[in-house]
Amino acid sequence: MNVADKKRLLREMLFARRFEERCYEAYVERKIGGFLHLYPGEEACAHGVLEAARPGHDYVITGYRDHIHAIKCGADPKKVMAELYGRETGSSRGRGGSMHIFDVANRFMGGYALVGGPFPLAAGIGKAIQMKGGDEISICFLGDAANNQGTFHESLNMAKLWNLPVLYVCENNLYGIGTRIDRSTAVVDQYKRVSGYNIPSAQEDGQDVEKVYKAARKAIDHVRSGKGPYFLELLTYRYRGHSMSDSNAYRAKAEERMWSKRDPLIILRDRLIEDGKFTKEEFKAIDSDILDEIEDEVIAFAEQSPDPVVADLRKYVLAEDDPYVNGGAH
Amino acid sequence: MAEIMFWEAVRRAQDEELARDPMVLVMGEDVGVAGGTYKATLGLYDKYGPDRVIDTPISENGFTGLAIGASFLGARPVVEIMSVNFAWLAMDQIINTAAKVRYMSGGQLEAPVVIRSPGGTAHQLGAQHSARMEKVFMGIAGLRVVTPSNPRQAYGLLKSAIRCNDPVFINEHELMYNLKGEVPDDEYYHPLVGSEIARPGRDVTLFGYNISVHWCLKAAEILSRQYSIEAEVVDLFALKPVDRDGIRESVTRTHRAVIVEEAEPAVGVGAEVMAIINEECFFELDAAPVRVSAVDIPIPYNHTLEKAAIPEVDDVVAAVKKMFGV
Repeated sequence: MNVADKKRLLREMLFARRFEERCYEAYVERKIGGFLHLYPGEEACAHGVLEAARPGHDYVITGYRDHIHAIKCGADPKKVMAELYGRETGSSRGRGGSMHIFDVANRFMGGYALVGGPFPLAAGIGKAIQMKGGDEISICFLGDAANNQGTFHESLNMAKLWNLPVLYVCENNLYGIGTRIDRSTAVVDQYKRVSGYNIPSAQEDGQDVEKVYKAARKAIDHVRSGKGPYFLELLTYRYRGHSMSDSNAYRAKAEERMWSKRDPLIILRDRLIEDGKFTKEEFKAIDSDILDEIEDEVIAFAEQSPDPVVADLRKYVLAEDDPYVNGGAH
Repeated sequence: MAEIMFWEAVRRAQDEELARDPMVLVMGEDVGVAGGTYKATLGLYDKYGPDRVIDTPISENGFTGLAIGASFLGARPVVEIMSVNFAWLAMDQIINTAAKVRYMSGGQLEAPVVIRSPGGTAHQLGAQHSARMEKVFMGIAGLRVVTPSNPRQAYGLLKSAIRCNDPVFINEHELMYNLKGEVPDDEYYHPLVGSEIARPGRDVTLFGYNISVHWCLKAAEILSRQYSIEAEVVDLFALKPVDRDGIRESVTRTHRAVIVEEAEPAVGVGAEVMAIINEECFFELDAAPVRVSAVDIPIPYNHTLEKAAIPEVDDVVAAVKKMFGV
């Protein structure tokens, strides 16, 4: 990764951080409803992996902590914010909300709100890629706690059995909602759990975007070359609670302080500064730019966009004018 | 027009669609090498290979979800769930993903997957292999639910379901795979909506679907011969969306309605049809509509008890006689 790429990634991750923090504010202001699961602390995971992939070409699917994955795939942040505001201009036309960001044009196949639900969907996307004969891969991001669902085991088994081009990325943030991993999971190292399916795997520091990128390159090369699925575990931490309704009282302050010292933005920023390629002033200037962009463009777009109209309430339930509903075109 | 068995009709539809479109695939437990528990995929594995006629592990939620994911990219999977009882395990993917993805993506994604599965009470299979789940699927927005009563419908509904861009659940019956019936020799696409008048009549409408259509037809013969009551039999092959117009039109002709279902009555097809009659044509009624349903219990193993739990032709006749006071 060259210096320009690193600087761009730093900007993207800082944008992701500020975007999510602004979501928090908008939620407190009651501009955003429902459940809201934020990504600060975990930015290096999505950015490192997708930097090594081909966003817009490869298919990406994830759970409900999905805003940043969508944006890194190419979704317009304005449309993502408009979706959170429930607007017609939102990425899912205001029908999905925070947990259901979709941008199919950019092959971001959606955020799903049942823990573990995307595992088999990602395998199925891999199956369809295989049938079509393309060089795309299917990338599934989920948290550590999803690995305790049956779909994890069912999907890994089928993905290996049928040699499907799927990269499973485990964002291990140590907590399943409010329960710490060692209290819910017999084997804490998630990468070890896939050995039962003979799937190659690795564990990497999820706070260092360069390490994530390197590990993801290896993983993606494996999957894209037709060797079947791969499982990449990234050790990370979310700064906020599971969702906005989470008091976050279950975590020790010392633990939070420890992880805050391993902030993915600071790690990359300081490395660039140490290398003499960057200054704190530049960082501040970028930050200021981003804050302006989010306020003047992203939030303004969401605020000014119209709500969906009630007359369209029943749209998108079933296909419209599908000839086979009435027995075919002939 | 050839007379073939129900299983042959299902097999023929899949064979034709597999031949037509390389993105069609069939998957399920034992559908490949074994040719399907009810022979619905017999010979297709040899013809189309293991990548398109796929023997799955026993992972219903997993392989149903995999099929749904593949359908996002334009694959046309036909999933056979060996027994509808096992579909409970796949409900998360069917309901939370297939039925909702079009809506929650604002129309960007669709899941054109077909899930076909035999339900019903067969021969002493016990409580966990005798479920009738059509009423559950019928309550889910975003799904289409059809249930064939004969080989022609089984063939034509499956053909349309594979090509339709919505997720379609096809409710079959374990006791009906050897049922014979005429199927057009030319390709035929049955509508996924509407109802059929299986027997015209003027005095009372018997609403049935799938196996209960046959009970209704037999009851109608007895009622005609022995009591001079001419029953119309309406075949509700589409349960979601159900044919409100067809229900209204028939009740407007006969002014009486009996709904016959193999399932327990609570929150069922009968309850729904009665509500529709209420909403659509209450003042056409000469008598309160009646349901003929199963007893509200888990299905027992013992043959006598099992038989007593499920409605039969005599129950339909008795319900109509009671309605007419004869």
